[in-house]
Amino acid sequence: MAVLVIADHDNASLKDSTQKTVTAAKALSGDVDVLVAGQGVDAVAAEAAKIEGVRKVLVAESDALGKQIAEAVTAAVLPLAANYDAILIPATASGKNYAPRIAAKLDVAPISEIIEVVSPDTFVRPIYAGNALETVQSSDAKKVITVRATAFKAAGEGGSAAIEKVDAGAGAPKTRFVSDEIVKSDRPELAAAKIVVSGGRAMGSAEEFQRVIEPLADKLGAAVGASRAAVDAGYAPNDYQVGQTGKVVAPQLYVAIGISGAIQHLAGMKDSKVIVAINKDADAPIFQVADYGLVADYKTAVPELMDALTAAGR
Amino acid sequence: MKVLVPVKRVIDSNVKARVKPDQTGVDLANVKMSMNPFCEIAVEEAVRMKEKGVADEIVAVSIGPVQAQETIRTALAMGADRGVLIQTDTDVEPLEVAKLLKAVIEQEAPGLVLMGKQAIDGDNNAVGQMLAALLDWPQATFASKVEVSGQTVKVTREVDGGLQTLELDLPAVVTADLRLNEPRYASLPNIMKAKKKPIDVKAPADYGVDVAGHLKVLKVTEPPKRTAGVKVENAAELVAKLKTEAGVL
Repeated sequence: MAVLVIADHDNASLKDSTQKTVTAAKALSGDVDVLVAGQGVDAVAAEAAKIEGVRKVLVAESDALGKQIAEAVTAAVLPLAANYDAILIPATASGKNYAPRIAAKLDVAPISEIIEVVSPDTFVRPIYAGNALETVQSSDAKKVITVRATAFKAAGEGGSAAIEKVDAGAGAPKTRFVSDEIVKSDRPELAAAKIVVSGGRAMGSAEEFQRVIEPLADKLGAAVGASRAAVDAGYAPNDYQVGQTGKVVAPQLYVAIGISGAIQHLAGMKDSKVIVAINKDADAPIFQVADYGLVADYKTAVPELMDALTAAGR
Repeated sequence: MKVLVPVKRVIDSNVKARVKPDQTGVDLANVKMSMNPFCEIAVEEAVRMKEKGVADEIVAVSIGPVQAQETIRTALAMGADRGVLIQTDTDVEPLEVAKLLKAVIEQEAPGLVLMGKQAIDGDNNAVGQMLAALLDWPQATFASKVEVSGQTVKVTREVDGGLQTLELDLPAVVTADLRLNEPRYASLPNIMKAKKKPIDVKAPADYGVDVAGHLKVLKVTEPPKRTAGVKVENAAELVAKLKTEAGVL
């Protein structure tokens, strides 16, 4: 039994959800290959080859793959599928876009966002916004699975897998790339950050969000997140959203500021190692999941926190 | 252009799902059910297309128990023209849903399928992509903006780190993300009018699709509960605890 992991990357560097998905793959099989589908991905392939326990790295390149167009990725993966018993894909926006397309072409039931491998055919996945966990057994000979990366530890370095070019497939003849609008940031990426500082509706405006949340995040070397309420109100961009309908994060430290803690939001951050909540409402549901709660108005608490961090040498 | 909108009846998004004590699933007895919120967004987008003259007919399709008729009625009250219910008490998996929808689409020949990116019960996020694959149509998931012009549709998608805009040849499958629009509430006159709109009731067998599925649910359990920790008095105490007790600073 061999497993193919499809790498998550931006053509320039490998995202650590790939290493985490490799860990999930190793629970299925000792023979794990990684496919890097993109454009100009030599550096990505080299990084993937270093992942411990990877047998070989396959590289498929075309313009459409460089934009991760679902039809193109599917066309590149299908000819390889015969060699594998399972295809594991990080459950990123991109992976979720093409994984079911691959599954349908193979006539198998995709298994979405697994958080645990029970056995090579049985997996645990969250349903109902994480309010329930479903253990499912697949009867498909070949499995297509997306992996919630935050539930797995990253595979280490130390491998030296061979890199092999494969056919890029037919591309996406009915789909044309028009434009990208990717937010550039020096901060760590939200889904992979060790510390996340999130702001909620209490911020009241985009200016206030930037004035309060961003300096604190920068002081902690953290990524910036937001509740759905804050995003819907326009205080923070869409891709800051932590929650069931946004990003699922599991950092070492999650700091929720002015966030009440709707179920929707909790589903996206409750697996964080340590949760801190600052909210002036002592009854806010966020305090029910917080390891450390500070009942205070963020307007006074955040400046004090900045000072305390400075005093502590941060 | 005809627009087809699949809609699903699910637990209301404001109700907290509770796991049954025997671990066979989530308790849906006497729980408020509604149209899946992402499906609502898709219906709204289709109705706006009709209002702009881009779409001329909207067909709402649901697969589910007899009560899924209510979900179709909701779509009809929002502005869809007619409905198709594929009635089954089986909890149909995404692959089989896609196969059923494909069969409906082969009869209806819509120019565009607009649907929610995922249902909030199974959270699979799969049917739209699978349907596009089976039809060999292009797909654009997680749409935050959809513009049809002639034989193409331009879709802005929410992707990791920002937005991506694609142009697809029609027919195509587009799945709606949260920020595509804000669905309307149906007015009373429209709710009354919807009662007279036609709904075709079919069975999976009418389309020759076996809905048995490939996945067996062994158990459904409660996620591990996080317990509330301690309240700190001030920021200095918080930093001290994070540093020494939690060791995360």
